[in-house]
Amino acid sequence: MAEGKEALFSKQNKALLSDPLNDNNPISVQVLGICSALAITVQLKPAVVMSLAVLFVVIASNVIVSLIRNLIPGRIRIIVQLLIVASLVILVDQVLKAYAYDVSKELSVFVGLIITNCIVMGRLEAFALANGPWKSFLDGVGNGAGYALILVLVAVFRELLGSGKLFGIEILGHKAKTIADSTGLYALGYENNGFMLLSPMALITVGLIIWVQRSKNRKLIEQH
Amino acid sequence: MEYINIFVKSIFIDNMVFAYFLGMCSYLAVSKTVNTAVGLGAAVVFVLSITVPVNFLIDTYLLRPGALSWLGEEYASIDLSFLSFIMFIAVIASMVQLVEMIVERFAPALYGALGIFLPLIAVNCAILGGSLFMQQKDFANVGESAVYGLGSGIGWLLAIVAIAAIREKIAYSHVPGPLKGLGITFIITGLMAIGFMSFSGIKL
Repeated sequence: MAEGKEALFSKQNKALLSDPLNDNNPISVQVLGICSALAITVQLKPAVVMSLAVLFVVIASNVIVSLIRNLIPGRIRIIVQLLIVASLVILVDQVLKAYAYDVSKELSVFVGLIITNCIVMGRLEAFALANGPWKSFLDGVGNGAGYALILVLVAVFRELLGSGKLFGIEILGHKAKTIADSTGLYALGYENNGFMLLSPMALITVGLIIWVQRSKNRKLIEQH
Repeated sequence: MEYINIFVKSIFIDNMVFAYFLGMCSYLAVSKTVNTAVGLGAAVVFVLSITVPVNFLIDTYLLRPGALSWLGEEYASIDLSFLSFIMFIAVIASMVQLVEMIVERFAPALYGALGIFLPLIAVNCAILGGSLFMQQKDFANVGESAVYGLGSGIGWLLAIVAIAAIREKIAYSHVPGPLKGLGITFIITGLMAIGFMSFSGIKL
């Protein structure tokens, strides 16, 4: 194998891992995988579970497709890839239903939508079809983690500002019926911003994250 | 009446883009000009209104618990619903291929207009999402699921044409550098979603 000659963690391979976290983030720069990302960021827990599911599917499908890349005829490669991804997603779905039934109910159709998650197909097309298994594995880890990073970030903002909780634990104090009975911030008259829980705020939060990221990293700015 | 209700609901209240964020990838990538947006939108309407009823039939007669009872008593206890993802995606991929060939043969002008977008549609989340929501909503018959597919498609078309028109205009505005392109599109979509929220609660 070609990649056997270079070190397992050569500079190039490290870049495969770290680039998707920042300069080449799958959501905010490559614009992949937004489809199923936003709807499940109301709370942190489903967002983390979803990230893990996507991470697993990206890594496994990347490695499998990369292993059989020379056997897949070019004309039907999309269907072959879809079938591989679909079988992996069925696996994830069954495991979730068995061990985390509440979360799988909350994620509802979005687990199934990992199949058409553009991150998975995008990385298969752009990377796994042209590279060896080890590199594809690293690419999968990097992109899955990049996706998870944005998802968790959005979910932290939405759950903290929207309901004052993280992972369902009351961070900002307990809100009772009257201000006098409340603790923490709520004792000072703080109110939750219920609007953060509605779907439009997911889009606006991602817009703001992109704004911050691009102001820090000017070379990502689009020209038109 | 039930049909009209499902139709209006799937276009405005359960809008694919604004309520469920489905098909966002192509929504963001192909919305730079109105012409291409209309082309992709039309292709999505077309494919959704075919695949949703087909998947409804497959779900009702093959996959659901007890769906195989038409084969005989001993098959009534079989539950194949874990296969639904793989069946749906296979139907969608082959339908897209089939639609592509039929359109190419009988409507070359339409094929020229839709050509590049048709293959892309197999991996559009809105299509698979349509089938998965159909499975969840428990429609009574094929007609209802077909109307749901058509309505969702039109809702998606509406969204992508609207954002494309706004993006054409926004090219002349002064947007802060880091927000240009993707960032501002996200924020405008958010604002449009707030607008579409005002439709919630409408019932015919």
